[in-house]
Amino acid sequence: MDYLSIASIVCAAFAVSFGAIGPALAEGRAVAAAMDAIARQPEAANTISRTLFVGLAMIETTAIYCLVISLLLLFANPLLA
Amino acid sequence: MNSPLESAALFYIGPVAITQAIVMTWVIMAVLVIGAYLLTRRLSLHPSKRQVALELLVDTLDTQIRETTGAAPAPYRGFIGTLFVFILVANWSSLIPGVEPPTAKLETDAALAALVFFSVIWFGVRGAGVGGYLRSFAMPNPVMIPLNMLESVTRVFSMFVRLFGNVMSGVFVIGIVASLAGLLVPIPLMALDLLTGLVQAYIFAVLAMVFIAATVEEGAHGPADPDPETSLQKKDS
Repeated sequence: MDYLSIASIVCAAFAVSFGAIGPALAEGRAVAAAMDAIARQPEAANTISRTLFVGLAMIETTAIYCLVISLLLLFANPLLA
Repeated sequence: MNSPLESAALFYIGPVAITQAIVMTWVIMAVLVIGAYLLTRRLSLHPSKRQVALELLVDTLDTQIRETTGAAPAPYRGFIGTLFVFILVANWSSLIPGVEPPTAKLETDAALAALVFFSVIWFGVRGAGVGGYLRSFAMPNPVMIPLNMLESVTRVFSMFVRLFGNVMSGVFVIGIVASLAGLLVPIPLMALDLLTGLVQAYIFAVLAMVFIAATVEEGAHGPADPDPETSLQKKDS
C-alpha cells in the first residue's frame, strides 16, 4: 500500500471526526435555545419546532459535506486512479 | 464494499444503462400516479374514510406552504406536494428488503434538485414576469447580482448533496452494521432512518417552497421592510 492511499484513509477519518464536532456543538446549542423558547412560550411550540427542524437540517449539512468529502477520498479519489 | 457514489447497471436498453434506482423511481412513480388516480376517482361532498385521509394530507401541505412562506398555496400545491410525497416514499422504500432507495443515489437527487432550479425560474417568471424575475437578482441592491447568481446554483447544489448524504449515510450505516453484527441489530437504526427520511423530505419541500416564494416576492415588489428607519440606514451605508 503506497503512502497516497494511507494518507487518503487517514484524511477521510479526520474529515468525518473533526467535521462532526462543529455541527454537534451547533445542534446542541440550537436545540437548547429552542427548548428555552418553548419553555417560555409553549403556545409557539409548533412554529419553533418547525423552524428548529429546518435549522437542524441546515446545520447537519456541514457534517454531511464532510462525509461526502471522505467518501470521495475513499471511493472516487482522483489521485489513486 | 461497493462505492455509494457509483451505481451498477442491471441491464441495458440500447445504449442506456438501467440501474436499480431508475427501476425503483419508475415503480414509485407508477404507484403514486395509480394510487392518486384510484383515490381521487370518486370524490364526494360526504367524504369516505379514504377521502378524509387524503384531505388531511392536502390540508397539511396547504397549511405548511402558507405558514412557511405566507403565499397562497394553490399554484404551488401540485409541485411541492409531489416533491414531498415522492421523496418520502422513496426514502421509506428502504424498508422493503433488497430495495435501495433511489434518493440514496446521486443521479436521482441531482434530477430532483434540477427540477427545483427550473421551477424557481418558471414560478418566478410566471409570478413576476421576465423583468421581475431578473430584478429579483438585484435584491437587496445591484451589488449583490453576482452573489445572487452564484447562490441560485449553490443552494440547489447544497440541497441535493444534503438529501443524498442523509439518505445514503443511513443506508450505508445499516449495511455496515448488518454485515458486522447480524440480522436484527440494525432495526433501531432503521427506525431512526424513518425519521430522517421524513425530515429530509419535509426539508427538501420546504426549501424549494422558500426559494420559489422568495424569488416571486422579490420580483413582485422588493423585500418587505416594515421599519423605515432601517431602510434609511441601508441607503446611507
